[in-house]
Amino acid sequence: MALPQLKDSDFEPLQINDEEAEKIAGESTSYWKDAWRRFRKNKLALFGIVMIVLLGIMSFIGGPISGHNYFDNDLLNANKSPSGEHWFGTDNLGRDIFARTWYGAKISLFIGLMAALIDLVIGIIWGSIAGYFGGKVDEYMMRVADVLYGVPYLLVVILLMVILPQGLWTLIIAMTITGWINMARIVRGQVMQLRSEEYVMASRSLGASNTRLLFKHLVPNTMGPILVTLTLTIPNAIFTEAFLSFLGLGVPAPLASWGTMSSDALQSLQYYPFQLFFPAFFICLTMLAFNVIGDGMRDALDPKERK
Amino acid sequence: MAKYLLKRLAYIIVSLFFIITITFFLMQAAPGGPFASEKKLTPALEEQMNEAYGLNDPLYEQYFNYLVNAFTFDFGPSFKYVGQDVIEIITRSFPYSLILGIESILIALSIGVLLGVIAAVKHNKFGDYTAMVIAVLGISVPSFIMATVLQYIFAIKLGALPVARFESFAHTILPAIALATTPLAFIARLMRSSMLDVLNSDYIKTAKSKGLGQRVVTYKHGLRNAILPVVSYLGPLVVSILTGSFIIESIFGIPGLGSEFVVSVTNRDYTVIMGTTVFFSVLLLVSILLVDLLYGLVDPRIKVAGKGGK
Amino acid sequence: MSKLLEVKDLSIAFDTYGGEVQAVRGVTFDLDEKETLAIVGESGSGKSVTAQSLMRLVPMPPGKFAGGSIVFNEEDLVEKSDKQMEGIRGKDISMIFQDPMTSLNPTMPIGKQISEGLIKHQNMSKKAAHNRGIELLKLVGIPNPERRIDQYPHEYSGGMRQRAMIAIALACNPKILIADEPTTALDVTIQAQILDLMRDVQEETGTAIILITHDLGVVANAANRVAVMYGGKIVETGNVNEIFYNPKHPYTWGLLSSMPKIDGDDEELLAIPGSPPDLADPPKGCPFAARCPYAMKVCENHMPEYTHLSETQQTACWLLDERAPDVEAPESAMVGGTKVHE
Repeated sequence: MALPQLKDSDFEPLQINDEEAEKIAGESTSYWKDAWRRFRKNKLALFGIVMIVLLGIMSFIGGPISGHNYFDNDLLNANKSPSGEHWFGTDNLGRDIFARTWYGAKISLFIGLMAALIDLVIGIIWGSIAGYFGGKVDEYMMRVADVLYGVPYLLVVILLMVILPQGLWTLIIAMTITGWINMARIVRGQVMQLRSEEYVMASRSLGASNTRLLFKHLVPNTMGPILVTLTLTIPNAIFTEAFLSFLGLGVPAPLASWGTMSSDALQSLQYYPFQLFFPAFFICLTMLAFNVIGDGMRDALDPKERK
Repeated sequence: MAKYLLKRLAYIIVSLFFIITITFFLMQAAPGGPFASEKKLTPALEEQMNEAYGLNDPLYEQYFNYLVNAFTFDFGPSFKYVGQDVIEIITRSFPYSLILGIESILIALSIGVLLGVIAAVKHNKFGDYTAMVIAVLGISVPSFIMATVLQYIFAIKLGALPVARFESFAHTILPAIALATTPLAFIARLMRSSMLDVLNSDYIKTAKSKGLGQRVVTYKHGLRNAILPVVSYLGPLVVSILTGSFIIESIFGIPGLGSEFVVSVTNRDYTVIMGTTVFFSVLLLVSILLVDLLYGLVDPRIKVAGKGGK
Repeated sequence: MSKLLEVKDLSIAFDTYGGEVQAVRGVTFDLDEKETLAIVGESGSGKSVTAQSLMRLVPMPPGKFAGGSIVFNEEDLVEKSDKQMEGIRGKDISMIFQDPMTSLNPTMPIGKQISEGLIKHQNMSKKAAHNRGIELLKLVGIPNPERRIDQYPHEYSGGMRQRAMIAIALACNPKILIADEPTTALDVTIQAQILDLMRDVQEETGTAIILITHDLGVVANAANRVAVMYGGKIVETGNVNEIFYNPKHPYTWGLLSSMPKIDGDDEELLAIPGSPPDLADPPKGCPFAARCPYAMKVCENHMPEYTHLSETQQTACWLLDERAPDVEAPESAMVGGTKVHE
């Protein structure tokens, strides 16, 4: 046997360090650090974030740099194709589409963010109370949510828009009046599941108070799915707004949103397709961006999905 | 099983009662009377019409009448189209929507499931990326934009398909595709993740260890289990197709129930709005019941739960 | 006597995020007809990967063969195409898995899951396969097989599912049955029943068994020979008596020490301190060196060769080198509390 050249001294006992032996191989990282590391690897999601940031910036500076505003009519220059003067062309009233697009971005993003935020607040309060107390409280609270959930979302929103006076806030209220239910269900599910998990039991048996339990353990651990739902609520709200505007139930003139712009452009699609192209393109881009961010967050935040 | 069905039917009736009540009072709360926009009406004439439509009765009587009539599918006359009952409008327009809806459900299901399976089987390969790019685009492009783009390219520019109306199968192709896009993308993503889960499961390993071929393993053992989440998505799918039809039918000039609803909304034709809302709700509740029954057929574990719950 | 299966220098690696993980690093063993070989080790020792690779069930990629051969019927399974493997799986070699709750298809009746293999490998008609399914269920001790065969897995208890799994695996009279922790997920009383069943079945059908387990108690009851795996390598092999009464590897000592003993009333169970090596960055020398109480400098840098202690027993440990100090197995590693002298 070709044994390696060994010296007798090689056969002296080795000092083992017990602590060294107990150390677990591989760096241990916190949940959020780990999630961020995974999120960063997702090029598509990073692209989404960059897009949203750019859209956000443009919604503020887009109007001013074009030298036009979103409401000035100029019938002599109506339906002009994109040019040096009007970068995205003009609409049937001669309004500058570039300025209107970025103004629309502001409205659409605002609606999306507000709707998501309101859903979040109501959903978290409703869901965590139901989930935390369980039992009868939970049963009644969730029964209410179930009844509301059974009615198609868009139908409710349309009915509300019919009877409420038109306006930006009406739109947001109509969207959130049943929109929060989804969030509440997610939060409740999370809280219910976590409530019964062993580490909660462990920290309770170690004497942790309810408040501490709620904020130190439950809240951080429920954040993942909630953040994902939140991110995916935004494109949904933007879509709903555009949908309603398309039906003529959106934000009233002279406010411009991408939905109303697309709807207006539809009449003359055959002759001036560019009028539809810009708002439609940005609706798609924004929804795409939020969707890929949401997907990226889901992959990053759900440890069970780790591959 | 019969008891379960009865319970479900009772549940549907209760839900319907709530929906009818809510829509009735919402419409009562709506600003302006039903004839407010028609300025030509003299006060005397308006009074006459109110009388004729029973609008001078006390509210509770109107509500009660409406409730009783609604259960016999009598939603009263349209306020805008004189001489037409709401139920006539529904029976006239619904068949168009039904054909269109079934077509797009078939498209969404078949292509969605196919894309999802391809993506899962070719996990992290080209096929997966392609299928998922299609899916994420499908979710990001709203149906009405899809519809106008399709209409512009295939009907206006290429002239390959009819622009609008509903006269032949060719007329249904573009609207059905537009209507199917979003749910198709959803199903593809759902199918992919569930198929991936299933393909990693132990019983797939068992099936492979029996020497079954890749195809048999994927389709005979994998598909039936992986399709379960898609079956539970069928309820939301019907909702999505239904609400999608509002816009798609308007864009393509299809005289279906969706576009009738939109017209009634813009006209503030309250009886039609209420009637269609109730009709949509019945449709949804029944299809959700059907989906639940279907689920029991696909998943043997559910059947037992139903029996046990007697 | 020719060997039924000969595994030589088998290495399997996985490509992961954190780099290449060498799960199995040069494993050599063989299997005689009608014998039961146990492969023992803790989680992460590579025993399950080894077992699954025999049927080519390791997903590739991310897994890959990094060398070695698996010779069965004078043919190397590593070289086989997927299509050729399908003809071997279930027919010549079959497998039962750890968790009977998840290893049966929930949406397919048990009978159909049994007959699939029969129809594929033995060209049976559906009817014949169904009848054979009833026979097999009877063989594995399922009462009322005529009725049970059309039921779904959720109508079976855990122990019965594992019996059904065994029936599926035995359907085509395989020459080798690989059992990957077949009793781990079961209650203790059911465990014994399943082990008895496997032994009975072996007597009846003459199939050879490879039993993968972390439980030496199971090994003592069921195996003829034992291979102890650690860190992707086999550190010691021998027949059951040699491993239990004359173990030479400190890791085997550790395993034996951590096993509860019948007569050791209030004796503490001894854990092996530390955790298994990170196989993404495997140690150069003996994988057990970091946890071995007898480790020497040489252990860290050089993998010991196998020392042949008998016809059947081989141990890879530097303690067996003549230059090493004499070390006796600790008291706690002695089965029954008495040292068996050679």
